[in-house]
Amino acid sequence: MTPAVDFDSVSIRLATPSGGLTVATDLSLSIAAGSFVTIVGPSGCGKSTLLNMAAGLLFSPAGEVRVFGERLTGINRHAAYLFQQDALLPWRTVIDNIMLGPVLQKCPRAEARENARGWMAKVGLTGFENQFPYQLSGGMRKRAALAQSLIVDPRILLMDEPFSALDIQTRQIMENELLALWQETGKTVMFITHDLEEAIALADQVVVLSARPARVKGIYPVDLERPRDVTEIRMRPDFMELYRRIWSDLREEVGPHHGAFGPAGAHA
Amino acid sequence: MNVMNNRLTEAADGTVSSDEDLGLATATTRRQAGPRTIATLQVAVFVGSILLWHVGTATGLMDPFFFSRPLDVGERIWSWLFVSGYIWIHLATTLTEALLAFVIGTALGVAFGLGFARVRLLAAVFNPYIRMFNALPRVILAPIFLLWFGLGMASKVALGVTLVFMVVFFNTFQGVREVSPILLNNVRMLRASPRQLLRHVYLPSAMAWIFSSLHTSIGFALVAAVIGEYMGAAQGIGFVVAQAEGVFDTTGVFAGLILTSLVVLGIDLLIERLEAYLLRWRHQQ
Repeated sequence: MTPAVDFDSVSIRLATPSGGLTVATDLSLSIAAGSFVTIVGPSGCGKSTLLNMAAGLLFSPAGEVRVFGERLTGINRHAAYLFQQDALLPWRTVIDNIMLGPVLQKCPRAEARENARGWMAKVGLTGFENQFPYQLSGGMRKRAALAQSLIVDPRILLMDEPFSALDIQTRQIMENELLALWQETGKTVMFITHDLEEAIALADQVVVLSARPARVKGIYPVDLERPRDVTEIRMRPDFMELYRRIWSDLREEVGPHHGAFGPAGAHA
Repeated sequence: MNVMNNRLTEAADGTVSSDEDLGLATATTRRQAGPRTIATLQVAVFVGSILLWHVGTATGLMDPFFFSRPLDVGERIWSWLFVSGYIWIHLATTLTEALLAFVIGTALGVAFGLGFARVRLLAAVFNPYIRMFNALPRVILAPIFLLWFGLGMASKVALGVTLVFMVVFFNTFQGVREVSPILLNNVRMLRASPRQLLRHVYLPSAMAWIFSSLHTSIGFALVAAVIGEYMGAAQGIGFVVAQAEGVFDTTGVFAGLILTSLVVLGIDLLIERLEAYLLRWRHQQ
């Protein structure tokens, strides 16, 4: 089966004040269609850049990225992107934000609004249609952003530490809701995180990237049954066993000077 | 916000770093005056200065030839407004000029601001000229515009446009430049065309900057209209003041000035309302 996203010997170049820094060359990775893949790795190894390449927002100086077998040359039309920072348009109300995708596709307004109402109900935002983003809590803004991404019915969902700014309770609620929404649809998810527990709890597959020069250090299948409850699954022995195995792999990359690696690992 | 920041820094390091900080910090610990007290004090200041003016001219300390008398000025304003109705046509002229200058200047400013912000080469090439033009006291252009466009409204509108344009142009330029790349990428991922990006991200983002400069640009439009009229016109508040000045009618000069200030104050209050509505999506601090 054709992978949803196929990175074929790409290079990762990060923009730095002094010009640029190549952190990876000849990196290959395939994301199977319909799977939930999380990617972990030390800061600065180019995880976000990889995601931006899958989105078609950035291009690799070498190699190529294929999406469902086709070489990506512009914005990835199959993908939606959930950013780490707030990306809702502050001057639009919540419902106007959620219906933005359909409106941009020239969908009749009434229809788009109806569709957006449906998504608001799904993410539990009914009643907040006419609020502005600043009036919502961080968790609610994430729900709105999720609805904004999913309303265009993307085949691929790209997520860059989307829940890292939330408190731990809200975060676990969002994770469970994301899993529930994902399970209904069978979309491909590429999810970047700093939190190994989150990575395992959500994923079919955890990809560990190494420190510079970045390469795929390991791919760990997570064969815990679904549906999962991300809070409960963390207590299970097979979860902890998997955590230990991946962590021992990751620890070498993170290094002692990087300090803790987990929810507390600071990354702006 | 500033005050809060100062208090926060103070709390964080336990010391107050400068006199300025100290002033702000103590100001917040004092009891705040309520809106009623403030309104009362505002009225007191008004009554006080009029009274001072009245006493000054009544006792001969201030020569009424140069300073007129508050009662005379009040009477003149009253008569202009309600007895002879002399002022209405002039007020209407000035406001029309200001409004036209505001609309045209804003439209041009937005168009050029967007263009310059999107096309880097334009901005780079024209940068020194724009700075030059901005540094120029543009009021000096009034006589030239009089020559070019005559004594009618056009010359005043032209002067107003040059003033308003600069304010709006810079704000639009800045607004577009400072569009969050996250917002842009998000809307691009939602498959927006370049035109849709302009309409849904760049323009609204610039609008926020333009709205917050409304006070300045409308003020400039009025100033330009009055100055233009003062230099040469057959109608308008500036013309009224110039006429009065020509016959040493200080009462007329003061009446014209006070009337203008009142009109500006009224417009300013309206703009405040409008701004609060248009920028209601912004977090109130």
